Amino acid sequence: MNILEDRKLQVYRKGAEPFQLDCNKQSAAGSVSQRACVFCGSRVVLYPIADAVHLVHGPLGCASYTWDIRGALSSGPQLHRLSFSTDLREMDVIQGGEKKLAKALCQLIDLHHPKAAFVYSTCIVGVIGDDVEAVCRQVSALKGIPVLPVHSEGFRGTKRDGYRAACEALLHLVGTGSTQGIGPVSVNILGDFNIAGEVWIIRDYFEKMGVQVVATITGDGRIDDIRRAHGAALNLVQCSGSMTHLAKQMQETRGIPFKRVSYFGIEDMAQALYDTAAFFAERCPGIVKKTAALVRDELSVIMPQIARYRRKLEGRKAAVYVGGAFKAFSLVRALRQLGMDTVMVGSQTGLREDYEELRQLCDEGTIIVDDSNPLELSSFLQEKRVDLFIGGVKERPIAYKLGVGFCDHNHERKQPLAGFTGMLNFAREVHNTVCSPVWRLTPRGQKRELSRGPSCS
Amino acid sequence: MLLRHTTADVMERSALTINPAKTCQPIGAMYAALGVHNCLPHSHGSQGCCSYHRSTLTRHYKEPVMAGTSSFTEGSAVFGGQANLLQAITNMFALYNPDIIAIHTTCLSETIGDDIVQIIAKAREEGKVPAGKHLIHANTPSYIGSHVTGFSNMVKGLVKYLCEASGRKRNQVNIIPGWVEPSDMRELRRLSRTMGISPNIFPDTSDVLDAPQTGEHEFYPRGGARIEEIRHGGDSKSTIALGPTASEAAALALEEKCEVRSEVLELPIGLLATDRFINALRHRSGIRVPGFITDERGRLVDMVADMHQYFYRKRVAIFGDPDQLVSLTEFLVTMDMRPVYIVTGTPGKRFETRIREALGDAVPEAQVRQGPQADMFLLHQWIKKQGVDLLIGNTYGKYIARDEDIPFVRFGFPIIDRVGHSYFPTVGYMGAMRLAEKILSALMDRQDKNAPEESFELTM
Repeated sequence: MNILEDRKLQVYRKGAEPFQLDCNKQSAAGSVSQRACVFCGSRVVLYPIADAVHLVHGPLGCASYTWDIRGALSSGPQLHRLSFSTDLREMDVIQGGEKKLAKALCQLIDLHHPKAAFVYSTCIVGVIGDDVEAVCRQVSALKGIPVLPVHSEGFRGTKRDGYRAACEALLHLVGTGSTQGIGPVSVNILGDFNIAGEVWIIRDYFEKMGVQVVATITGDGRIDDIRRAHGAALNLVQCSGSMTHLAKQMQETRGIPFKRVSYFGIEDMAQALYDTAAFFAERCPGIVKKTAALVRDELSVIMPQIARYRRKLEGRKAAVYVGGAFKAFSLVRALRQLGMDTVMVGSQTGLREDYEELRQLCDEGTIIVDDSNPLELSSFLQEKRVDLFIGGVKERPIAYKLGVGFCDHNHERKQPLAGFTGMLNFAREVHNTVCSPVWRLTPRGQKRELSRGPSCS
Repeated sequence: MLLRHTTADVMERSALTINPAKTCQPIGAMYAALGVHNCLPHSHGSQGCCSYHRSTLTRHYKEPVMAGTSSFTEGSAVFGGQANLLQAITNMFALYNPDIIAIHTTCLSETIGDDIVQIIAKAREEGKVPAGKHLIHANTPSYIGSHVTGFSNMVKGLVKYLCEASGRKRNQVNIIPGWVEPSDMRELRRLSRTMGISPNIFPDTSDVLDAPQTGEHEFYPRGGARIEEIRHGGDSKSTIALGPTASEAAALALEEKCEVRSEVLELPIGLLATDRFINALRHRSGIRVPGFITDERGRLVDMVADMHQYFYRKRVAIFGDPDQLVSLTEFLVTMDMRPVYIVTGTPGKRFETRIREALGDAVPEAQVRQGPQADMFLLHQWIKKQGVDLLIGNTYGKYIARDEDIPFVRFGFPIIDRVGHSYFPTVGYMGAMRLAEKILSALMDRQDKNAPEESFELTM
């Protein structure tokens, strides 16, 4: 297969020496990259905050494509699921959009009485020079709620820079609320977006351990919780690509330590709980024991069922292509738990140290790839004869065209895949797609029937 | 109640759009370009645009969607995107080997003033376009028009760049299908052929966005209008353009460039609009309408007759794209329903006139709105003020349907919460039958669901 000269160093096969993998760079122009932009990064991170209005300042498209596309559930307000735009037209581009923005903001705040407003700058706002910050300041003074500009012009970097812009906006909120009622054994959950209700599962574990959850940022997020998040004793950071900046800033300015965790897969989920317990062991005697009991209880429920799925999945091959590399670690481990080998793994925005960790984790011959594209992905899937592809919306039809099972581990997962329960859901979903009889109808399946490859029955 | 904040009183809004009934131009240009064989659409802007368009098209068509992007950086926004586009052209021809790259612009590249014509000329000059390969473009700034005008602009671009008059007419008719499903384009082909016409359809997304399972991921599926076919469009005897908003611009451009006479019809959705389409074909071929087409029509009439008692005076709210709405309005009125609220975010002066024509004097109370702030929020406000019996539109109608407890028929673009819609045409008599069936099923499912036990009946 052809790989662009510029991209050759972004594909690595484990075993080759020395280990070299280029990453964290702009995509080659013309590449059919699966990546998005700065705006997308900011929008997905802040999106789940449910009692704020999210106004997209620019021509309409950016607001329409991000209208309720992420299953980030809220236990209360649903404001985040509406689409608000200044819908800039040609005259606005010529004359500037500040007045329109101010008017739209005021009207929106009067209509919905939100706790805060986020204003996302899109590409052309950065070019026509609207002073979004000034408008936000004015409206904030007028309406008495925080109005936060998000500097998310699409061209100003990668999705990763959008995460950072989102964190910057959040930092304006953190520290502005009262910390009354927050105990010494308390955490913030950073980087879980409550897709399919995942943060509720995690929160429940911590509460059972006796750990107070101050703010969930941003899954099922609330402005008032974020404002008092500085009262927590520890930040737990999942999806490190998006939230490490916030955690680091809170550590620097507020002295709050943070831990990187993952809630995907049995090992990582248990580790997250144990790490948290260890952190609070002195302040909260008994927490370690309590945590071990909790893990034991949860496992006793799910393990027999997982074992049943594992029997059917053992020896099957998987490919993983996700947004952030950190999730990929967990997935490789979780797949191993199901007896499956990860033969290709990649991410849109991984960093060098992430890929180094992936290399250590993976078996010989595994393909590791940064910022890939459909042509490469489909050729890897075929070369490695995979049975399962894990990715997002743009990857799904590629898998299906090849006659390969698929699991969405991105915005469109509809079952919680985090936590112990999530691992069981994951096992079930993987089993259901890998072992679906529909694949026997496809050309690939028919070939396999003839050669009597591994079968699910 | 997800939309609990919607007020029944319509408020003045000139700056704020809430829950839009449109999206931006580039996605339409991308969809049109996918209807050309071996074509790689290219988005000249930031990476996110391309990603969003591909994702949205994939969510609707459930197919892989390939397109390149210039991946703008801070530098390109300051110094112009020429270097990125030239690099992209080189990379795309080298790696993906398309026969043609169809470039569309974005709000960013338009605002900084990139001149695509000049960049294309430069690419040719520098030998970046291999022999026999094509580069075309359309200007599609997101702050003008909507996704439908983006589609229209790219189809016009196909004409401007590719159509040629050789001086020798071909015995064929161009059909510019408008933004319809791949299955619709296939149905238009079937209808034309049965009417004795050799159709030259462009763009044509059948077998691109509804390609069969082959066990391969075909980067360029086998469908799509061939470049030489589009070129020969300049030699066709005439053009039938379906849907003024999506197809008229291309038809006029072709008339001007190659003197191919054109006729613009409303989309053949519903009985009367299909009649006009069949008639237009009949005039061109000079043949009698074959028996099985009149039979298809007859079955539609028979079916609608069977259904009419349930349709009587039903109040319907519809939203979506102008061409679809005009024909749908006419079809609903034909069946004795009352389209009382009609909303499209796509701006255009003629829309209201066309809708009023389609309504005739049947529904004097109908409220029609197009353009900025003609959005789902407004539609919801109208519905709150006075309810409807049925809602027809794309997936985004589901919130209103749920909150107001209204039967809902999915129709238009995008439909992202169902599978299968792109495989069944809504054009032609068969398409009309399918639409009518869907509408009646929605109404009767609701009647069954709401009926108290004593009046829950086996026969309805």
